[in-house]
Amino acid sequence: MHLRMSLSVKHLLGIRDLTRQDIELIFQTADQFKEVLQRPIKKVPTLRDTTIVNVFFENSTRTRISFELAEKRLGADVVNFSASGSSVSKGETLIDTVNNILSMKVDMVVMRHSATGAPHFLSKHINVPIVNAGDGINEHPTQALLDAFSIREKLGGVEGKKIAICGDIMHSRVALSNIYCLKKLGAEVTVVGPPTLIPKHIAQALDVNVSYNIREALEWADVANVLRIQLERQNMPLFSSLREYSLAYGVNRKLLDSLKKDIVIMHPGPINRGVELSSDVADSGQSIILDQVENGVATRMAVLYLLGRNE
Amino acid sequence: MKSILTDRQLAITIERLSHQLIENHLDFSNTVIVGLQPRGIYLSDRIYHNLQQLLPGTDIPYGKIDITFYRDDYKSGKSLHVPNETDIDFSIDNKRVILIDDVLYTGRTIRSAMDALLDFGRPSRVELLVLIDRRFSRELPIQPDYTGRTIDAIITERVKVLWKERDGKDEVVLIA
Repeated sequence: MHLRMSLSVKHLLGIRDLTRQDIELIFQTADQFKEVLQRPIKKVPTLRDTTIVNVFFENSTRTRISFELAEKRLGADVVNFSASGSSVSKGETLIDTVNNILSMKVDMVVMRHSATGAPHFLSKHINVPIVNAGDGINEHPTQALLDAFSIREKLGGVEGKKIAICGDIMHSRVALSNIYCLKKLGAEVTVVGPPTLIPKHIAQALDVNVSYNIREALEWADVANVLRIQLERQNMPLFSSLREYSLAYGVNRKLLDSLKKDIVIMHPGPINRGVELSSDVADSGQSIILDQVENGVATRMAVLYLLGRNE
Repeated sequence: MKSILTDRQLAITIERLSHQLIENHLDFSNTVIVGLQPRGIYLSDRIYHNLQQLLPGTDIPYGKIDITFYRDDYKSGKSLHVPNETDIDFSIDNKRVILIDDVLYTGRTIRSAMDALLDFGRPSRVELLVLIDRRFSRELPIQPDYTGRTIDAIITERVKVLWKERDGKDEVVLIA
């Protein structure tokens, strides 16, 4: 039957604010968009009277292209803004920048910013829906949604599954959003990495297991989500060298072959091949990295569809 | 609540509609059937089943289509619709498509359905089959090719088609 439902939030600032029902509604909607993307004409006219601006204050390949494709396949008009080459370098503030864009009749904002909380701040000053495409070291909600959606697709569900999030937990917004999302869906989560890259008290604060031993964590896990070392966000040395990190925490074929079972390998991209993940693992049948990218478009279409009415 | 069709009348009506389809499409060699989500699929399931019994050995392509993303009230409607599954795993290019829904009222759903359908290809012809045609309430110039029962109901009345699979019994009722 025609269910009439909506999200409990007006913006997607973080998974922290979502309920389990919200996440399930997004997945249910994304299932249907995934079917749309298999059609001869991969486009629907749903958001044809909606204009969306992608405001990127920080570099991006996948997320930006994925959002733009999602918007175009929903029939929306799309405007792109990058901080580099804009009047931001002339000293214009965030609110002024966005308000100027909105006065040109824009209906939705997708924003990436290097400052934690930037979209939350903006949401208090503008009245159109905002989708957080990554803010500093806080959250990257659509990445977590597409990751959980991909696990659900691969393993038939998320509840009760064991997920190891590996690497630079401290500086990763993907890690935090993933933890919120997976815990809300009833999965078990272990974070694993060098002690210097795992926040203190994370076990109590977020109800996750902590491990400093990659082999132990992978032996336990159904899925390993391997993260990139965020060198650009580290302002002091937290491990001795990338080579040593790779030897102690890199996920490679030899390590996977020594486990008792085959686990699913994920990575949010961009991969530093040979550091956190070896090429023979990234390109293997165990990896669902490209499925994650594919599912990103359908998941983002669902988020934009569910928020676009601006209720 | 007034009964418009009893379970027996409903079965006879569906039987008649199936025969009318055969009258026009003969061996169904170039015809496909598409039921409309969410409530039209119960009728299309029955008709598809009937046709298979009446034309043994014929393999008629049968799909389901959801029109949620093609609605014209995304922003103006009372609330957001959650989409249902679309499943059309065959080409509709140059095919005769029979579109099936339970009740034809304003015509807006069928308008959306035709837009959705045309994203799958270019059929040679599209026909519309409905169980109930609420005439005099059309908002768009759309008429059915096959009709189970035509009724005159005022705007405040609601026509509901009940199906055994989902509602526990087969019946068509008018709710004042």
